[in-house]
Formats: sequence, C-alpha cells, structure tokens
Amino acid sequence: MTPATFIDWASLIALVMLTLALLLSLTRIVIGPSTSDRVLALDLLTIVVMGFVCAIAIRTGLSLYLDIAIAVALLGFLATIALARYILFQAGKGRGP
Amino acid sequence: MLSDLTILAGGVLLIVGSFFVLAAAIGVIRLPDLYTRMHAASKAGAVGGGLILIAVALVEQDVAIAMRAILGFIFLLLTTPLAAHLLARSSYFAGYKPCTRTVVDDMSGSPEQNSANK
Repeated sequence: MTPATFIDWASLIALVMLTLALLLSLTRIVIGPSTSDRVLALDLLTIVVMGFVCAIAIRTGLSLYLDIAIAVALLGFLATIALARYILFQAGKGRGP
Repeated sequence: MLSDLTILAGGVLLIVGSFFVLAAAIGVIRLPDLYTRMHAASKAGAVGGGLILIAVALVEQDVAIAMRAILGFIFLLLTTPLAAHLLARSSYFAGYKPCTRTVVDDMSGSPEQNSANK
C-alpha cells in the first residue's frame, strides 16, 4: 500500500464520519427544544465544516483550503458569542447593544 | 521513508479526529440537557478539530502550512471553551434550568441571578 492510496482511503473514511456528524448536528438544530440547544449545535456544526474543509485539503493537495478552515472557525466563534449575548438580552437581563 | 511515515501518521490522525467529532455529535444528540451537551460539544469537538488540523500539517510537509495549522489549533483550543462557557452562563441567567437528574446546582442562590441588570 503506497501512501497516496492510504491518504485516499483515510480521507474517504473521514468524510463519511464527518457527514454522519453533520447530519446529527442538523437533527439537534431541528428538534432542539430551546434556542441555546440550537446555538450549541451550530457551534459544533462549524467545527464539522472546518473538518470537511481540512479533509478536502488533504484529499486534493491544495493547501489554500487551510485558510478557509481558519476563517470558518473564527466565524463560528463570533456567531456563538453574538447569539449568546442575544439570548441574554432577549431574557431582559442583558445591558443591550 | 521518513516522509512516508509522516504521511501515514497524518492519515491516522485524520481518522481519529473525525471519530472524535462524530463522538461529539452523538453526545449532542444523546445527552439529556443543555449543560451536559455543552461538555460533549466543547471538549470532544475542540480535540477533534485540532487533530484534523495537525493531520493537515503532517500530510502537507511544509513549514508555513504547519505554522498555520498549529496557529489554528491554538485558536480553536482557546476559543471553544470560552464560547461554551459564555453560552451556558447566558442560558442559566435567561432561565434555562438543568434537568431533574442534576444532583447539585451551585449557582441557584447567586445574587447575580436575581438582579435585573447584569
């Protein structure tokens, strides 16, 4: 087994597992009883998408995808913080924007 | 030979990181409460994403790409617990109670919970 075929198989297995993780996160976003559950599942979903982009970067050999992965991680962090402040403000306990 | 060994280690780390992310998603589905789901998503998700980034650094074998991947890993490790803690704190003060199987709740008598402007 050469390393190229091993990388092909490993990236394929990783993409299958990440697809399952994305479907489970989307299920929690759909059935989540409260807003906080949906925000938490969205945070996990951004990590899953970052894993997708890194697996495609390994599979194709284009290293430019790594910058996209870092940008997606930053976007997910900022979205989670903004939605947490929105939850606190919606309950009437925050200081507002 | 050494580059082949590094590429094999990168592939193994890619599979292990994907498994950690899948375990985090299963925990988000299966656990009963927001505060327990936060544990699964924050810890296992951060570790899985970081292992996948290190796998990119090992497979590509370039110093600039490795530095970028390690920078992304440090960023993920710093920001994911922060986001989870802020979300749990906001949810607790907004009135989401833990599930009925919770044994101890140390923040039930905190003065910040009753103040309307915090």
